[in-house]
Amino acid sequence: MGKKGFLDNLPEKLTYKEVMERVNNWFRAQSLWVIAYGTGCGSIEIAPTFTSRFDAERMGIQMVATPRQADVIVISGYLTVKTLKRVIRVYEQMQQPKYVIALGSCPINGGMYWDSYNTINLLDDYIPVDVWVTGCMPRPEALIDGFVDLANMIKQGKVEGWKKYLDNIEDYRKNQKKIIKNWNMPNYNW
Amino acid sequence: MKIGCLLLVVLVAIFYGLFLGGVSRKLTARMQNRRGPTVWQNFIDLWKVFRKQSIINHGIMYYIGPIFRFTGGVGTLLLIPVMINSSCWSNLSFGGDLFVILYFMFLGTLGMALGAGESAHPHSAIGISRGLALATASELPFLLAMVALMAAYNTASVKDIVIAQQGGLLHWNIFTHPFAAVAAFLAFLGMMHSYPFQIIVAPTEIPVGPATEYSSTHLSFMFSGGAVFGVAKYVLIMDLFLGGANDLVTVLWKTFLIFLWPLFITNVYPRFRTEDAVRFFWYIPALSGVIGLLIVIL
Repeated sequence: MGKKGFLDNLPEKLTYKEVMERVNNWFRAQSLWVIAYGTGCGSIEIAPTFTSRFDAERMGIQMVATPRQADVIVISGYLTVKTLKRVIRVYEQMQQPKYVIALGSCPINGGMYWDSYNTINLLDDYIPVDVWVTGCMPRPEALIDGFVDLANMIKQGKVEGWKKYLDNIEDYRKNQKKIIKNWNMPNYNW
Repeated sequence: MKIGCLLLVVLVAIFYGLFLGGVSRKLTARMQNRRGPTVWQNFIDLWKVFRKQSIINHGIMYYIGPIFRFTGGVGTLLLIPVMINSSCWSNLSFGGDLFVILYFMFLGTLGMALGAGESAHPHSAIGISRGLALATASELPFLLAMVALMAAYNTASVKDIVIAQQGGLLHWNIFTHPFAAVAAFLAFLGMMHSYPFQIIVAPTEIPVGPATEYSSTHLSFMFSGGAVFGVAKYVLIMDLFLGGANDLVTVLWKTFLIFLWPLFITNVYPRFRTEDAVRFFWYIPALSGVIGLLIVIL
């Protein structure tokens, strides 16, 4: 048996659609546009991530100010009920494919606000999270690490949060409406 | 044959414009002492936004706007002779084309204004009003510079103006008509939306201006249209003031020099307000253009 070459590792048959999806995913992973929207104290760590010292732009990550053009939303820190409403609107206005990064311990279990009356504890109940970055507060290096993880997962085609959201929209809506009492927005925000 | 040539020119312009965009991002990053993205980043971004899904609908004009912008860029480029001796690269230039070029340069802006206006986003509306004010303001000194050149050579054809500049460095209009050149190069900053006059996109005030509601395929059309439009403006300035070109290498280095001018200004200056930008254009550059015109006439 000869040495196993690069071509031997490829799957037997790829349809045109699968090949295109792989190519698209490669490009998507190199060009992550983040919506400039800070929800909690963690947003103080997002700004330095894009400055000269940490320079997230070298990996193609850049800030955009409109949800229409954004790929990633970073939920930075605690999420109050009021902000959750805005986050849902922003998330639903983003065009697919779209990804969510939860930054800090607050979106995971409520963190130090776990028993607060006006913050949520587990973000994944309301919008699907793709990457978790733990810590209170995570440093910009940790956030960049989260971006790198997200990019690798996109390249492997493993990020399916937005599909999950579309498939289980009724369940997500039920959870969201349980928290947001005055639901005075349209059922479809896109 | 001619159509193949024009297609080639447009494709090269898209490639070159996107490449220059990447170079500008890299150079900006190096000036800010960071690594920055690769020079191919704009191609990656273009492919990504092109393959993104879009389920936004605001009406017909919303769809046509980016196409208008693309057409405006391509139309402007195809009227300007890139190389005067080549039958392929001299494009569709004809006697009196300078007037049509001026018209086409405004077409893309107007189309974009109509399209973005239909998206009904407040930031789009503010961006459009600022964009049209800036276009009007910077067009006056540019027009004065062009009229000065037309009066000097008694022609409205870009090709004739290029031919009149042949015969060495000191025959270039930037040296023979310095006042008109100052007016045109300052107006060029406004036309390229470089930083003191970057009031349209104004990232911290009106997020991304007219393009707020645009994404996916529309945005990729705007990207490539912007790339072609940028190259068209570089080539126009090269033809009018830097003596034109006879071969591709000359085109590349001359347009690269012109590309560096707004880039260096962008990285140094903060932003004007709209009324300050208009006041600036109608004061120093316009005055310089008038002086240039008077020198030619008298």
